[in-house]
Amino acid sequence: METFTVYVPRLLSKRESIAPGHRACTGCAEVLAVRMVCKALGRNIIIANATGCMEIISSPAPYTSWRVPWIHTLFENTAAVASGIESAIKVLSRHGRYEGKPKVVAMGGDGGTADIGFQALSGAMERGHELIYVCYDNEGYMNTGVQRSGTTPFGASTTTSPAGSHSQGQFTWKKNMPEIMAAHGIPYVATANPSYPFDLVAKVQKAVATKGPAYLHVLSVCPTGWRSPSDLSVRLGRLAVETGIFPLYEVENGKYRLNVDLPKLRPITDYIKVQGRFRHLSQDMVNKIQEKVSSDYTALKQKASRN
Amino acid sequence: MERVGMESSLAIAEAVKAARSEVIAAYPITPQTHIVERLAEMVANGELDAEYVPVESEHSALSACLGSSAAGARTFTATAGQGLALMHEVLFVAASMRLPIVMAVANRALSAPLSIWGDHSDIMASRECGWIQIFAENGQQAYDLTLCAFKIAEDHRVLFPVMVNIDGFNVSHVVEPLYLVEQAEVDKFLPRYTHPYGLHPDRPLTMGAFGMPNIYTEVKKSQDVALRASKKIIVEIWREFESITGRRYLPVESYRTEDADTLFIMMGSFSETAASAIDELRDAGHKVGMLRIRLWRPFPFEELTAAVSKARLLITMDRALCLGGPSGPMCSEIQSALYPLPNKPSIVSYVGGLGGREVSVEGFKSLITQGIQKAVQKAPGEFEMIGVRG
Repeated sequence: METFTVYVPRLLSKRESIAPGHRACTGCAEVLAVRMVCKALGRNIIIANATGCMEIISSPAPYTSWRVPWIHTLFENTAAVASGIESAIKVLSRHGRYEGKPKVVAMGGDGGTADIGFQALSGAMERGHELIYVCYDNEGYMNTGVQRSGTTPFGASTTTSPAGSHSQGQFTWKKNMPEIMAAHGIPYVATANPSYPFDLVAKVQKAVATKGPAYLHVLSVCPTGWRSPSDLSVRLGRLAVETGIFPLYEVENGKYRLNVDLPKLRPITDYIKVQGRFRHLSQDMVNKIQEKVSSDYTALKQKASRN
Repeated sequence: MERVGMESSLAIAEAVKAARSEVIAAYPITPQTHIVERLAEMVANGELDAEYVPVESEHSALSACLGSSAAGARTFTATAGQGLALMHEVLFVAASMRLPIVMAVANRALSAPLSIWGDHSDIMASRECGWIQIFAENGQQAYDLTLCAFKIAEDHRVLFPVMVNIDGFNVSHVVEPLYLVEQAEVDKFLPRYTHPYGLHPDRPLTMGAFGMPNIYTEVKKSQDVALRASKKIIVEIWREFESITGRRYLPVESYRTEDADTLFIMMGSFSETAASAIDELRDAGHKVGMLRIRLWRPFPFEELTAAVSKARLLITMDRALCLGGPSGPMCSEIQSALYPLPNKPSIVSYVGGLGGREVSVEGFKSLITQGIQKAVQKAPGEFEMIGVRG
């Protein structure tokens, strides 16, 4: 890709921080998201990565896909590691012992963010470190074989929330991480999705420019875990937005803005019908989900309209 | 320099300040809290130009230390008991990633039942974490060994995190007269730290890549070789410290061991009480001496072997219990270290001082004489817990 002189109509950096040759599954939208996030971040960064899909596909020693300084330590502590890096740079710069001022970026999957890493994340955001936290949400523990997480959507069948004669799959509603982060009162929170690359890039750039903590929640379509055709990942990302299931919005200093505001939502069946994880759903369940999606979307629109 | 009266915890904070530490990330837990409270105060008053990161757990405390050390800052934290247990998995990462963090541990019993008081259960449950582990018995040692810990950790031939253990309350909360080292001397002894591979955009390094079976064994072997090799450098640094202060530290230290046929062995502050018992037993004509293991990791095999070479009986006391296992952890390791020797002393093993239970001079005297009796009767037994009410 780097040999092309012009990459897209609107110019994005040609420099790739994550090298080709990584081991992501075919059709993985998470690595696509990582790639775009990194393009928007530029090279003046340090990444702290949680254990998870992105760590495993990119760092089998002695190989690495990373062309930027990158550190992985554990699953649940990435926000804390990033806090430490940020603090070190702050004090070392003050002492004239660190050149430049790189942005510290923490990255994790939904498990590492919304479940096991939740405490470390909340602590880091509350303390106000100047860092960007990016959650790549593929809605489950895909790396360990598709188990449910706190962000797995209601009704999805996973290996630990399997659909069966007594179960319709995931029994809880998706944990609303962007709202929880907004409730921390941090200056910038946004949802994004690699199927809307320019929106994503603009949000990353905003996060970079933010003084204080920024949180990005990036939906990452996972053909392996969602049991969807791998050539439909980008399409599914768009459908998630067009159905209102994953609205693209940002919360800047407490002000909500819908970035893709649709006059009319598509029915959620357009989104779920191509995914094996929802195949078992009864019409009643589909209706229940539709109702929740519509009312959540209305509530979000109201918040955005208050500005 | 003047002798000053100071609580040991505050003395550790003074050492951390004198070392010009740059990042301190910590979470409050008794009996360690005075150390980090004092450090927070020093930062707040501008006495120490560092970043104090008031994290939300010990797990995050050590995790933040991973990040700051990897970015090249001199990094300190402190914990105790449950805090060390919560850090458990992070401990291994710090050591395996060769991050020279210094940590003070005010040794505390583990729950349940909840106990804030001292024993060695916390560190013994984490002893295989790959850190250099040192025991201090009083405030002066805590101060000295914390200063030395930075130099040891950051030596490019070492690059391992270092833990300085002090007994909760018996050391941490005790006010003692001690000597501080002049700042100019400290600055000479301990120049600014530079990590050879710190995180920086000019150096796009990958840290913490995962290891497939074809690489993991070799990584662990090289780590073990490096940790064992650090002993020589630790001794070298302690010798340098001695040349500045006149205070001497050794991996295994002996007390009145000349011509002793019986050696009492323990770790931590109780050995100071035990020393009085040794004095009294000596006065009564017993040929007893004492060994204190100061360097717990890397384990001082050669020094221990040499120190016990003339003894016929070793009496050990652990402040930790291996539930359902052999004796106390220190005794087990001494046994395994001496097992290959052709003429090994017999060992009588005790466990005591758990969860803050004191052992008096009289207690040590009766324990040692009882141990000698057991050996005479050739019935060392497995191990005995002392002071257990019936």
